[in-house]
Amino acid sequence: MRREIPMFITAVVGVVFVIQYFIPHWPFNQMNAWFSDWFSIISACAIWLGALNLMKISANKVYRKKKEWGYSAVIIACFAITVFIGFKGGESFREAGTGFDWIYRFAYIPLSATMFALLAFFVASASYRAFRARNFEATLLLLAAFFVMFGRVPVGDAVVGWFQNIGLPVPDAIMPSNIATWIMNVINAAGQRAIMIGIALGIVSTSLRIILGIERAHLGGD
Amino acid sequence: MKKEWLVYLGILIVSLILFFVVTEPITFSPTVSFIIIGLILLAIVYIFVRTIQGNYVGRQTVFLFVGISVILPFFMTITQPIKLSPEVGSLYTALGELQPGSKVLISFDYDPPSAPELQPMAETFFYYCFKNDLKVLIMGLWPQGPQQADLAIQKALEQPDIAAKNIEYGVDYINLGFQAGNEFVIQRMGSSFKSMFPTDFYGTPYDSLPLVDGISNFSNIDFSMNLSAGYPGTIEWVQVAVDRYGVKLGAGNTAVQAPQVYPYLNSGQIKGLLGGLNGAAEFEKVVGVIGKGTKFMVSQSAAHVIVIAFIIIGNAAFFLGDKRKKSKAAEKKEA
Repeated sequence: MRREIPMFITAVVGVVFVIQYFIPHWPFNQMNAWFSDWFSIISACAIWLGALNLMKISANKVYRKKKEWGYSAVIIACFAITVFIGFKGGESFREAGTGFDWIYRFAYIPLSATMFALLAFFVASASYRAFRARNFEATLLLLAAFFVMFGRVPVGDAVVGWFQNIGLPVPDAIMPSNIATWIMNVINAAGQRAIMIGIALGIVSTSLRIILGIERAHLGGD
Repeated sequence: MKKEWLVYLGILIVSLILFFVVTEPITFSPTVSFIIIGLILLAIVYIFVRTIQGNYVGRQTVFLFVGISVILPFFMTITQPIKLSPEVGSLYTALGELQPGSKVLISFDYDPPSAPELQPMAETFFYYCFKNDLKVLIMGLWPQGPQQADLAIQKALEQPDIAAKNIEYGVDYINLGFQAGNEFVIQRMGSSFKSMFPTDFYGTPYDSLPLVDGISNFSNIDFSMNLSAGYPGTIEWVQVAVDRYGVKLGAGNTAVQAPQVYPYLNSGQIKGLLGGLNGAAEFEKVVGVIGKGTKFMVSQSAAHVIVIAFIIIGNAAFFLGDKRKKSKAAEKKEA
């Protein structure tokens, strides 16, 4: 029964969601509403579960003094401070000027931005070391990257425009921004569509396997 | 370890000195700015020549140049001509078709790391809506989205022409807050907004908000905008809100995510697209407001040029290194 009941729930919910898409009338529309509400409730509970799990793992790491346990202690302290200040703020804890808002603006935003900003350095370094014209495909990729990077900023058109200004016969069609737009709208869109169609077919087949009970990996075990 | 702490201490001391000594914002005149740009380009040419001679640079040099190219433009007063792309133009046209009083739903599906690209879009979008008397409903499928919306709203309300309009919460705009459930939230909103947002971001009951009087689902919304940095985001909005409920959707995405959205743009499923900081700058231009998008584009341009330059230098090193290896191997054979 531990496997049969979840499989039954999965099958019923899966079938209802498929049917309600094509027949949006009673009782399927009502069932769709119920299941969607349940999903939101479960998602909200999952956030709590995730937070508690993070605390459990971090506390365990600190208690056992595992490698780099100091970071876990920082996580616990930050979590506790944020939760305390959030609850202390009452119902209006998110309004501008509250302690929670202060933490969000002056701690969370700068720290997140700092972490993300590091990406620019890693991307530049990786491009320098790995973006090489080793073969035909790599050269194509390199050229596409060159034109998109150059065409997505105003300086690209400014440089080519300067050549036009000094009297060189440079057609507008080879302005970097036009080439970048063409790459994005034609080559990129075609590739993305192919990937999307492939993914969609994969999702359909996997969903059918789950609804029919052939695929049981989500229940745990084999 | 000691060396690292000394570096941190040095940075702290320099920062404190700058904080106390420099009281006015530092700006470079256009002449100084062009001299700095010229010096950086000369340094790049020098590195290129050294690479050809067989002296390759390490990644620390790349980090240094990227840092300089991003930071120094913040102090420069030079501007760049921004050209309007078709995807931004089509979004502006779609917005132009909305009558005053039209209801616009905007979903904030991002968090602070993506804010440098998406926040300027949000600020300009709010400015446009308030200027044209559009009624705005805000929501978020990401927990931090509604707070980012609040920050953007405050910026838009600071503009003198918007401040003069006495924009009122609950009447001209509302923030419905965050709801967990990803695309299921969008699906449920197709039948009932209230079921997903029984209260707004500040705990006010849905029915008490004058703006949502008569708004029960997507059929009462004239236009939707999605600012997204990943999942759930624009793709989910297209798949559920657009395809199923016929919502008119515009999108603003990070530069990384934008290529995935182009197929929906070409098929007409989204009305327009703001892609990355460049999209934000173009939108600012077409709306007629100079914000962070326009200001940060100089940094972005400089960073792109530096990365392109180092890719060229890297390839020069690769080919010359390969050539040297082959000639050494040939010499060995001959010996």
